[in-house]
Amino acid sequence: MGTNDRSVVVTGMGATTPLGGDVASTWSAMLAGRSGVKALTEDWAKDLPARIAGVAAVDPAEIVGRVQARRMDRCEQFAVVAAREAWADAGAPEVDPERLGVSVTSGIGGIGSTLAAYDVLKEKGWQRINPFTVPMLMPNGSAGLISIELGAQAGAHAPVSACASGAEAVGYAIDMIKSGRADVVVAGGTEAAIMALNLGAFAVMRALSLRNDEPERASRPWDKGRDGFVLGEGAGMMVLESAEHAAARGANVYAIAAGAGYSSDGHHIAHPHPEGAGVRLAMQRALANAGVSADQIAHVNAHATSTPEGDVLEAQAIRSALGEDAERVIVSSTKSMTGHLLGGAGAVESVAAIMALKDRVAPPTINLEVPDDGVEVTVSSEPRPLNAGGREPMAVLNNAFGFGGHNVSVVFVAP
Amino acid sequence: MALSEQEILAGLGEIVDEIAGVPADEVTPEKSFVDDLDIDSLSMVEIAVAAQDKFGVEIPDDQLKDLKTVQDVINYVHKNAS
Repeated sequence: MGTNDRSVVVTGMGATTPLGGDVASTWSAMLAGRSGVKALTEDWAKDLPARIAGVAAVDPAEIVGRVQARRMDRCEQFAVVAAREAWADAGAPEVDPERLGVSVTSGIGGIGSTLAAYDVLKEKGWQRINPFTVPMLMPNGSAGLISIELGAQAGAHAPVSACASGAEAVGYAIDMIKSGRADVVVAGGTEAAIMALNLGAFAVMRALSLRNDEPERASRPWDKGRDGFVLGEGAGMMVLESAEHAAARGANVYAIAAGAGYSSDGHHIAHPHPEGAGVRLAMQRALANAGVSADQIAHVNAHATSTPEGDVLEAQAIRSALGEDAERVIVSSTKSMTGHLLGGAGAVESVAAIMALKDRVAPPTINLEVPDDGVEVTVSSEPRPLNAGGREPMAVLNNAFGFGGHNVSVVFVAP
Repeated sequence: MALSEQEILAGLGEIVDEIAGVPADEVTPEKSFVDDLDIDSLSMVEIAVAAQDKFGVEIPDDQLKDLKTVQDVINYVHKNAS
């Protein structure tokens, strides 16, 4: 597949995750099969049923600085840190501000700032609420902050779809460029929700792993012994650019961001469709939108969160969407190492999928000891070279699904 | 015991440093918060609340909008501190 003028390419990437403070450290930890999940030893966690999480490896407040950190929720700090890395990685492109956009989102928004402000309200009164509380709690805050930092005027967007948000933001950015609204877009997702309310609220849904004694072994997608997801935090970001704009400035191109597919289950607010119909549709639509056929796909970075219900359904949907070609495909869940970054997940995992395509290697799914019945795709507890037997150029998929029944799949193709 | 202008200035410098990241030694009486120290209206609210706590004065909104320079705040605190 060649590129035409409105093709979209990835020219920069950034990440800050439980595995590392940038893409390089995150990716090398993924290939090494390291877990970023730790015990939460703080006092506030002691009465919770789940006392483990993928806490970010690098504190973003120390990078953005004391004064800026006071005005930014932790999720916004992650977003800005990762966006700066992606922007620098892209070579800080010179672009007409009216042609520069932002599509950056969060699944929940600044929940830590909301809770902190509510404590102040109750204890000291409204006058003492931090006047930056509203821009800190709104889920579009990160998009706004990044647009301000870069002077972007093409539009700043924050599509919200729970744990599919980060992937949806990438898809929206692809459309902004394909439709001619922008030449360069910073896209990604972020989350900072490791706090008692969220852990309690997910635990009461029976969604979290309670493997408190073995934090590093708790996130185990597709393994028979899995018992729920592990909450993680951080952000993933990329610079998307029209192929024409990137070529004109001689930019390094990681991949073609070929397209995205969307569906909604229309079934249940928190349970996936029992036949995985929505998930399959999203992948099929992504391939169609990207103009990519199943025989090009070599790797899927799956949504698989380590919950009993969703993991197997997704594996079956991948099998169904790719048909016979699924047999060559290595399917990985990097959540086994990062935990589940909610609105950051789809973005971090798109970055991981692009790195897998670039290095031609699928990261492992750690803690996969006994694959569950019905996992009819190739999963591996070791890194695996991508199978070159398919049609070139090689392509990869990233899946992200969210409560509400949102399904998003993004396709990246080798340049 | 009333605070001296020097003490108010020093206290205000600490607040502005903490909230807006402007070094305390740049907070001099003739400076305008908005034009010289680049402090926006949201940070000004935070500074006013911190000044109320530190100096024990009430600064109602209709007074706050008239406090344009560091000297204006010093005068206000000097006059109204209990």
